[in-house]
Amino acid sequence: MSRSVLMQGNEACVEGALAAGMRFFAGYPITPSTEIAEACAVRLPQVGGVFIQMEDEIAGLAAVIGASVAGKKAMTATSGPGFSLKQENIGYASLAEIPCVIVDVQRCGPSTGMPTSPAQGDLMQARWGTHGDHPVIAVSPSGVQEVYSLAIRCFNLSEKYRTPVIFLMDEIVGHMREGIVIPDPDSYEVINRPLSGVSGINKTCFHVDPGEWVPRMAPFGDGERYNITGLIHDESGFPTNDHDTARKLMERLFQKISCNYDDIVQVENDMMEDAEIAVVCFGGTARAAKEAIREARSHGIRAGMFRPVTVWPFPEKELRGWIPQLKKIIMAEHNAGQMLREVQRVTEGRLPISFIGKIDGTLIRPDEILQKINEANNEKMQ
Amino acid sequence: MKKCSDLVFRYMRVDHLPQIWCPGCGNGILMRYVAAAIDDLKLEREKVVIVSGIGCSSRAAGYLDFNTIHTTHGRAIPFATGIKLARPELEVIVITGDGDCTAIGGNHLIHAARRNMELTVIVFNNNIYGMTGGQYSPTTPTGEYGTTAPYGNIDRQFDIPLLAAAAGASYTARGSAYHTQQTIKVIRDGIANPGFSLIDCLSPCPTYYGRKNKKGSAVDMMKYQRDHGITQTQWDKLSEEERKDKFIIGQLTKNDYPGYTAIYRQIIEKKRENTENKDRK
Repeated sequence: MSRSVLMQGNEACVEGALAAGMRFFAGYPITPSTEIAEACAVRLPQVGGVFIQMEDEIAGLAAVIGASVAGKKAMTATSGPGFSLKQENIGYASLAEIPCVIVDVQRCGPSTGMPTSPAQGDLMQARWGTHGDHPVIAVSPSGVQEVYSLAIRCFNLSEKYRTPVIFLMDEIVGHMREGIVIPDPDSYEVINRPLSGVSGINKTCFHVDPGEWVPRMAPFGDGERYNITGLIHDESGFPTNDHDTARKLMERLFQKISCNYDDIVQVENDMMEDAEIAVVCFGGTARAAKEAIREARSHGIRAGMFRPVTVWPFPEKELRGWIPQLKKIIMAEHNAGQMLREVQRVTEGRLPISFIGKIDGTLIRPDEILQKINEANNEKMQ
Repeated sequence: MKKCSDLVFRYMRVDHLPQIWCPGCGNGILMRYVAAAIDDLKLEREKVVIVSGIGCSSRAAGYLDFNTIHTTHGRAIPFATGIKLARPELEVIVITGDGDCTAIGGNHLIHAARRNMELTVIVFNNNIYGMTGGQYSPTTPTGEYGTTAPYGNIDRQFDIPLLAAAAGASYTARGSAYHTQQTIKVIRDGIANPGFSLIDCLSPCPTYYGRKNKKGSAVDMMKYQRDHGITQTQWDKLSEEERKDKFIIGQLTKNDYPGYTAIYRQIIEKKRENTENKDRK
């Protein structure tokens, strides 16, 4: 049975994660994500799970990876400064293919910045934060209901593709309270990692079966003995310096994401069918964008909103599809132009783009977007 | 005692041998002591997890035939914490080095000890960063040399068991590559201890620490351990001056403070019950 509740975004993140089967959380207090740790501390023991407040941000993700290796669905949550500290272990989880979810409730940066003010300045860090080339999945919610459903989706993607998934929230959605519907558990899918079922020594624990994208996993303690390392490794899980092996491993890590683009990438198109002017945004900024396009529509302006829900991989195919009908793009984001660069890359100069970026901790208001829409509409008339 | 070869064939991944350590290094000897302690305790192999960080010591995980995970530099203890909390029935053993455990990972060491997390941390302490070529570590004695201490190390040394005990570890001990029986015993006792155990295992590094500091050959460095490692009883009889170049081999501290997962289990049992009762009403 579904039920309606009033909930904060950070709380909804925890409830969604629990619905997806999260049974372990390790983290460190940091504004504006702290309510996630607090809710986990209350809720996890009630369902037989474990919460621990670690000594620092790095340890938070390390413990999460450890718990995942031992078979638990595990999550950590942080904000900008902590997200920076977690980067090395995000790379570890990426290369060792350990499923886990890292929540980043973005705040104003750089450095300590303005801890209680909203921002979206970690978009590029979510993509490129850890060293070395690596694929990544990052998902960004625009409201409390979506926080709940996307938290489930983050775990599903993480388990299915054996990869860390970054849940890129922002202070707007993290601290917002909304009425949401907690869905009936039968109404959504919960995906669990593929298991190997091998017992004893497994010398091919990182072998991928034909038709599959990831090796089947064996939780420590289930009876299989094998090795996990953050070094480039062969199918046996042991380090190698063989360049062919390294290339094949890296190709597969990229392809497991790129070849499943359609399964991973989600976007929201709001009134885009006949739009000539598209507001592109992600996360909490969508609230202002939606209001602005509705106001514009009431004046007969054909405006729409295009929102990457999956921000990484960037939904370039979907955005490219709209280019022929568009006259102008308005990029609105709470940073100095991080998604703007992606939009410029995808549109290749075929469309004029106007930009609204805020990095002072204030919110982009609907009237500011509307003004840009009006300007675009006037340019179109000329 | 089992022959060395028995332990090798039973507990090591022989197709990955010979190991990468230098001739004369103590790490291979200490790795065998770990296997011997596990053998003595008759632990079920599938229930043993070896977690390591980065550095010479941490390559041990790859040679031991258990569930093994080679993690990021300094983070073996929090990885192990996650594993232990997720599955308290597993025996989680951390193999780490002096740099990995007390420099980059020092914060994790003291907090795992403070929580009395049910882990056994075995430090292969060679007084130097070996993997990167001989830089001074937190256990390089004051005045000695490393490639980054060309004029003599001005840092003071950590006494790792003392540090862990002060932070709350319920078992601390010291062993060395030379002291076979004593070291196997303290590793065994450390694993058997339900709370957080720290075993400082002195490991000669003739290639870097030894060469930089004119400690002689690998054999000379083993002889040093023989001649300077003493029992607690012997230690107690010595003057402050006589203790200067000596170290105790054997158990150092022990208490019965309950382990973290045991206490957390009680919270789960209590809260689960409360929630179920509420649901019934």
